Amino acid sequence: MTIDGAKGLIMDEPLIFERNSEGRSGVLPAPCDVPEADLESLIPKSLLRDGAAGFPEVSEIDAVRHYTRLSQWNFGVDTGFYPLGSCTMKYNPKVNEAVSRLEGFTMLHPYQPEALAQGALRLMHELEAYLCEISGMDAVTLQPSAGAHGELCGLLMIAAYFKDRKRPRHKVIIPDTAHGTNPASSHLAGFKVVPVKSEGKGVLSASAIEAVMDEDTAALMLTNPNTLGLFERNIKEIAAIVHKKGGFVYCDGANLNAVMGLAKLGDLGVDVVQLNLHKTFSTPHGGGGPGSGPVGVRKALEPYLPAPRIRKAGKKYSLVYDRPRTIGRLKAFYGNFSIMVRAYSYIRRMGGEGLKRASIVAILNANYMKERLKDTLSLAFDEPCMHECVFSDKLQAENGVTTMDMAKRLIDYGFHPPTVYFPLVVPGAIMVEPTETETLETLDSFIEAVKKIDAEAKASPELLKNAPLNTKVRRVDETRAAREPVLRWKG
Amino acid sequence: MPYIPHTEKDIERILKAVGASSVEDLLGALPSRLRLAKDLDLPKGLSEQELAGILKDLSSRNSTTREYASFLGAGAYNHYIPAVVDSLISRSEFYTSYTPYQPEVSQGTLQAIFEYQTLVCQLTSMDVSNASLYDGASAVAEAVLMARRITGKDAVLLSSALHPEYRETVRTYMAGASDHVSEVFYCTEAGRTLPEAVEAALTGDTACLVVQHPNFFGSLEDVEALSRVIHAKKGLLIVVTNEAVSFGLLKPPGETGCDIAVGDNQSFGNPLNYGGPYLGFMAAKSEFVRQMPGRIVGETVDKNGKRAFCLTFATREQHIRRERATSNICTNHGLCALSCAVHLVSLGATGLRKLAEHNLFKANYLKEGLRAIRGVDIAFGSPVFNEFTIRVDKDPEGVLKALLKKKIMGGVLLKRFYPELDRHILVAATEMNSKGDIDRFVSEIGKLLQ
Repeated sequence: MTIDGAKGLIMDEPLIFERNSEGRSGVLPAPCDVPEADLESLIPKSLLRDGAAGFPEVSEIDAVRHYTRLSQWNFGVDTGFYPLGSCTMKYNPKVNEAVSRLEGFTMLHPYQPEALAQGALRLMHELEAYLCEISGMDAVTLQPSAGAHGELCGLLMIAAYFKDRKRPRHKVIIPDTAHGTNPASSHLAGFKVVPVKSEGKGVLSASAIEAVMDEDTAALMLTNPNTLGLFERNIKEIAAIVHKKGGFVYCDGANLNAVMGLAKLGDLGVDVVQLNLHKTFSTPHGGGGPGSGPVGVRKALEPYLPAPRIRKAGKKYSLVYDRPRTIGRLKAFYGNFSIMVRAYSYIRRMGGEGLKRASIVAILNANYMKERLKDTLSLAFDEPCMHECVFSDKLQAENGVTTMDMAKRLIDYGFHPPTVYFPLVVPGAIMVEPTETETLETLDSFIEAVKKIDAEAKASPELLKNAPLNTKVRRVDETRAAREPVLRWKG
Repeated sequence: MPYIPHTEKDIERILKAVGASSVEDLLGALPSRLRLAKDLDLPKGLSEQELAGILKDLSSRNSTTREYASFLGAGAYNHYIPAVVDSLISRSEFYTSYTPYQPEVSQGTLQAIFEYQTLVCQLTSMDVSNASLYDGASAVAEAVLMARRITGKDAVLLSSALHPEYRETVRTYMAGASDHVSEVFYCTEAGRTLPEAVEAALTGDTACLVVQHPNFFGSLEDVEALSRVIHAKKGLLIVVTNEAVSFGLLKPPGETGCDIAVGDNQSFGNPLNYGGPYLGFMAAKSEFVRQMPGRIVGETVDKNGKRAFCLTFATREQHIRRERATSNICTNHGLCALSCAVHLVSLGATGLRKLAEHNLFKANYLKEGLRAIRGVDIAFGSPVFNEFTIRVDKDPEGVLKALLKKKIMGGVLLKRFYPELDRHILVAATEMNSKGDIDRFVSEIGKLLQ
């Protein structure tokens, strides 16, 4: 059985500002039960504003229909298969949403007395311990808001470590397969980026690292499994080389979902790792966040973790701000707490055994996909893969069909496209990450769609050039958006 | 196993398809010498019902701003969130989608962000807004880095009446260059930043002045006067607002000389959530758009000429520009921006104005009530919006503790952030504080200070 994309009734909807009708409003505040005063007796006229021009004035039902219609133009994990490589679009369990909305979590002020937030602090403390156990790290901070924020946090700690020893180091080695956030975070933390190529079979060799590692290099920043979906099998040897020169191994934990219960990054020589709760631990991506990017470190870096830390003494939890060597803080308060609640809930539901099973099935699904598609799409590296695999448009290129064309045509068949044109080392890359929450039937229907598209590429390439055909809007002119910028409604 | 649909038959089918003899065989990508020898030491998995029970129990070990009358603010504000907000952001087409890289299947997210950007521009009277940042503190840090890129100058001057955790965040982001960060002390009488003090602290190398309005003490700043001072030295003015409801009433940054407006929009649609996720915003003059960090959505057309939206100016961003990007930000706070937009739209122009007025009136009512108490002084003379600082005659920590016994969270102790303000409490009032709660607060604190 296949479930293709089909046409349904999709309603057009203008911008909310184009629905304005003066004097309308949706949900007005409660009546004011204290005496109203003359505004200008409280605030000088020179500091007061006139109304905001063009601000929405719509009824509640219009607002509800507006956003409901908008939502229907979106594709989410709940809509269908979303094999967006590197982004881990696994199912977002509904119970996590429910528990994160309990009033005992949502109606907590960050500065309320610690004695009145013991449940929250306990949850955070336990989550830290679980993440330590899964990653093999000695300590975890939950403060960073997202993966890239965690990267910055980890790199700043490394910089602080060397500065503390009065021997600042200036370089970070980053493989060419890395996420763009890695070099961007390194630059932000004040480091110069030294690129290194992965070799032959898509993984790093010890000799390549040995050739560039020196005593001005603060860290090697790698992703394991890497963005080609391959496990960096020389990691221990590589870590030894980095450590011998006094450097740290930073692992981008974006792909931790492939190794839970199978390998501990700490055992492999990793000193710092950021964990993307919105990938590995099933919290939703929200159309672009909020995520959460806790960072785990080995003992040597523990003094540099952001403040505050959570301390447990007896049965009491408290926040500790007195941290003389801390890098400081990356945001106000303690992190994205309601995301932590979801991740905590996921880990408790799965248990250690369940997490391991999740990683194994993610690997099985990816290998199934790789094997079943490798005669249709050119495979970048024919190696056993971890949780994702990378193809390219090499075979279709002779018909003038590109990765983008195939990606857009997949939409017509009811699938979200895979990640495209990343990693950069594979020209025309198509990066497929099925995740463990997808059934084999779903995988089969995706595979079938790709094969049909391959046939279309030969028989009627213009069909692909015109795709998608079934969406609310057709292919979007992104060049025009940059050349003639319209970044807000102006009326 | 929860959330994993595979039966043993499915596993066998996979193994057969890939030509592996066993699961172990297929895990060959992970060499056995690197494999974990024992099981993870984690609690056993739970049924959904058990899990729900445990989380309910944990949540009940917290006390909420519903159980206590809360007068806490300081960058996190307790506001009423209309039911439409959670109802609409719970549409899973919104919350289970990724960053809208494929515009044809993401028009909902994209149009919603485009509208959010417009709303931020309207609130702040600025030209352009990005799609969101993490929170107010990191937004200030990003704005400071942006100002340094634009001006090519190094020094950063922060008002000491900027939220202390925001200042700390700026210093953390500036790690390698933190020597360039300095602070201008607030006026101890007015509780705000004085233009003449700023003038004395400025140099030709000052990239920007950062001032919060309303500031951390709740006082309103004279932003226009500060703008003249910093612009005379060719630096940029960054105005920070973390009680966004104030935009409903106060002259916006764009009308007072601001170059980059940043802050936190948590107040609209986002619960307190014990400190996060909140909603960093950034808006700027249009000439600075290519130096902005974060996602930006633009309007364009599809191949048939129909209106459509997509992410734009990607060449600023890390996935294209790598180490030369304007920021490392990737995942931002999209769903929080949606919550904010839905709340603003449901308030409308009238509701926003009324909400802001109510906050002002509640705070003023509380302020006048406290002013009349012997043993309480209003610490600073500046006008305020919905938050202000009091000075009490007794040990403020003891006073707050005693209030807790009466189910009142009376405010934030300032000594932790400002050692010299050792008898001071920061107090906020919003539409969530009933007249009855306010009267009770005033009467209880009166009894304590007798």
